[in-house]
Amino acid sequence: MTTTFWQRLDKAGRNLAPFAVTVMLVLVGLIRLPAPSYAPIAPDLTLISVYYWTIHRPDLMRPRVAFLIGLLQDLLIGGPLGVNALMLVVTQWAVVNQRRLFLASTFLLLWIGFALVMIGAAFLEWLAFSALNATILPLKPALFQGLLTVAMFPALGWLLIRVHRAFLNE
Amino acid sequence: MKPRSSGSVVRLAAPLRALAQRFSFLLLVLASIALMMVGKIESVSVDTARARVTDAFSPILDAISRPAATAARVIESAVEVQNAFEENQRLKAENARLLQWRQAALRLEAENASLRTLLRATPEPAVNFITARVIATPGSSFVRTLVVTAGRRDGVKKGQAALAGAGLIGRVIEVGEWSSRVLLLTDISARVPVVLESSRQRAVLAGDNSDQAKLLYLPPDSPVQVGDRVVTSGHGGLFPPGLLVGVVTSASERGGVRVLPSADLSRVEHLRLVDFGLPGTEFDSSPEWK
Repeated sequence: MTTTFWQRLDKAGRNLAPFAVTVMLVLVGLIRLPAPSYAPIAPDLTLISVYYWTIHRPDLMRPRVAFLIGLLQDLLIGGPLGVNALMLVVTQWAVVNQRRLFLASTFLLLWIGFALVMIGAAFLEWLAFSALNATILPLKPALFQGLLTVAMFPALGWLLIRVHRAFLNE
Repeated sequence: MKPRSSGSVVRLAAPLRALAQRFSFLLLVLASIALMMVGKIESVSVDTARARVTDAFSPILDAISRPAATAARVIESAVEVQNAFEENQRLKAENARLLQWRQAALRLEAENASLRTLLRATPEPAVNFITARVIATPGSSFVRTLVVTAGRRDGVKKGQAALAGAGLIGRVIEVGEWSSRVLLLTDISARVPVVLESSRQRAVLAGDNSDQAKLLYLPPDSPVQVGDRVVTSGHGGLFPPGLLVGVVTSASERGGVRVLPSADLSRVEHLRLVDFGLPGTEFDSSPEWK
């Protein structure tokens, strides 16, 4: 059976889901909650999304997709260009290399794996900002942000599983 | 001739592509680092690109920030109902005090006006306010900026002061067509020339990404007390003198002098961008200000 034009369009649209969801999370991450000191430690939802899709659909979360998303995040955040791009590309690379391990494991292990990735990413971000500002910045806010992100992982993971099943189940 | 050349291109391109695929990780890492360098050197064109992208996304950010703000307001009003009585008592006391101040201000204003006529002093230039709504705050540990809904078509210019509540909160660093970005006082790259109101001691207020900013270049034996008001000094020509910036919260040998901004930066919903019409406020991107 040959695929028609509409079927191909439908497939392309569905394949865009990981990218679209991650871009949405970039935007959601920019929403301000009027809670004291919330913005500095707002969870990095984008990282969760990149982690999830790299494990489950690495064909749709390629390094350049991660790079593009990171670049968009850099532009919208107003920080130095390239920091989030670097963070997401390294995350994608690290996860794709250990993908078999992650795929076979339980949710708890997936969560622990994410915590490890988050530590690495937070450290990388801190390193990049410290180098760009030519000073040693405090590491604490990045660690708190990491903690909050790890705490958010189950909730967002559940949401991503729903999106995954709704759009990409074949 | 043509097929042959295109053939050789394909022959050359295929291994190149394989190479790029194989080393895409490395290439992208290098691209990220190159971008960091470019951002440091070519900050003007990077700012323009950033303003374009922020412009493009600002309608979406505006739309999604509204329900979030509404939800926060509902929760806050529930909390406020609980302590309405105490709040009312406090406000009544404050109102009585403010009425006295109003009398004092009116008297001083009249006195000022009569003295001005005696001196033939030139009036200060009129001030234009642009009110804007905050639509985004980056959720990053290392950047302190706000995105607001006013841009070039509303008259926003680079370097304008951003005021909220009682005082200064930052300045405009990037202007798009209908959105702009404000660098907060607490950002690590923010520097504001200030003066301590009581002792007239000059200093530079520098952010360090924490909730409070610190004072730099204070002489070691200068008399600084907790509770001293810090106002802009007007040096550098970007801000007019006398704008309230914050209050000294701690002054010690080890920790230095810390200043709490007068407005709660995590709760600013609307702010005023102010064009003071000062001569020589044309913003130049000298490294001192970036």
